[in-house]
Amino acid sequence: MIVRLMGEGQYRVDDSLQEQLNGLDDQALAALEASNEIELDQRLDEMFELVRSNGEKLADDDLSASDAVIPPSDMTLEETRELMSQEGFIPDLPAE
Amino acid sequence: MAGLMNRTSSVVKAWYSKLLGRAEDPSVTLDYSYERQREMLQNVKRGVADVVTAKKRLELQTTKLEGEVVKLESQARAALAAGREDLARAALERKALAQQQMQGLDEQAAALERQQQQLVESERRLSTKVEAFRSQKEVIKAQYSAAEASARIGEAASGIGEEMADTGLAIERARDKTEQMQARAGAIEELTAAGTLEDFSAPGGSQLDRELAQISASSQVDDELAKLKGEVGSGEKQKELEG
Repeated sequence: MIVRLMGEGQYRVDDSLQEQLNGLDDQALAALEASNEIELDQRLDEMFELVRSNGEKLADDDLSASDAVIPPSDMTLEETRELMSQEGFIPDLPAE
Repeated sequence: MAGLMNRTSSVVKAWYSKLLGRAEDPSVTLDYSYERQREMLQNVKRGVADVVTAKKRLELQTTKLEGEVVKLESQARAALAAGREDLARAALERKALAQQQMQGLDEQAAALERQQQQLVESERRLSTKVEAFRSQKEVIKAQYSAAEASARIGEAASGIGEEMADTGLAIERARDKTEQMQARAGAIEELTAAGTLEDFSAPGGSQLDRELAQISASSQVDDELAKLKGEVGSGEKQKELEG
């Protein structure tokens, strides 16, 4: 499967990694809900590292869509919450 | 609430679906998508330029504060030499404040540097993908029937839409950092304007400023006088030796 590390790029990883990623993902979510930023950042860093060390980086000109997208760890709790919210944190392109 | 990965995926997907839209005619979709990609590239270039400008402003302020620290230090020394411990203390207090501000600026500069690197990387990835999309777009238009084209466009648009969302997030975060930095820079400029960090010897300063300036001026005169005395003295000795 293809995983995007936001701010870094896409990796192709073995499907067998999914279980481990999901486990970390659940812990990351729990940390976000508990407003524990240190824990959240650690879990996200572990997810990034797991993908980096087990995956193969996709070429920049590859136009494949990802199966999973992992948010960056260097955001504040507030930013992460905003990114997850319905409105989203990513702004629209400004009208030209 | 699904996990963070699922949530992020759906946010990204919703974002680019809205941005890229879908037209009945696949070739219209392709051209429209390409247009938005070019806009995003312009956007990220502007983002990099903004960060660079913000960094320059920071560097200027840091240089100014560095000068301030050196000046306050020597003024404190001069005040002490003149037996004015009260003035020396005041100068050192201002020096500590300036140093505090400098430390904050260093952290901001490091954060901006990271943002810049990330944006430059984003720009490089996106522009490579935009180029790949452009050539694929021509192939799709030329070789496929409308139904086949639609599936292929969906795929290519998802891939590039994700990259655009990622870039959009990087731009937004850089913008936030730049704004924070600017607010801080503005606060420091206000401090300077209010005289908290101002140059003691500048005209129109407070009584304290003038007294310190006076000491600094008179100690400079003393120094020069001593130097001159030394020169004149050695000149006379020279004469004696020659004579």
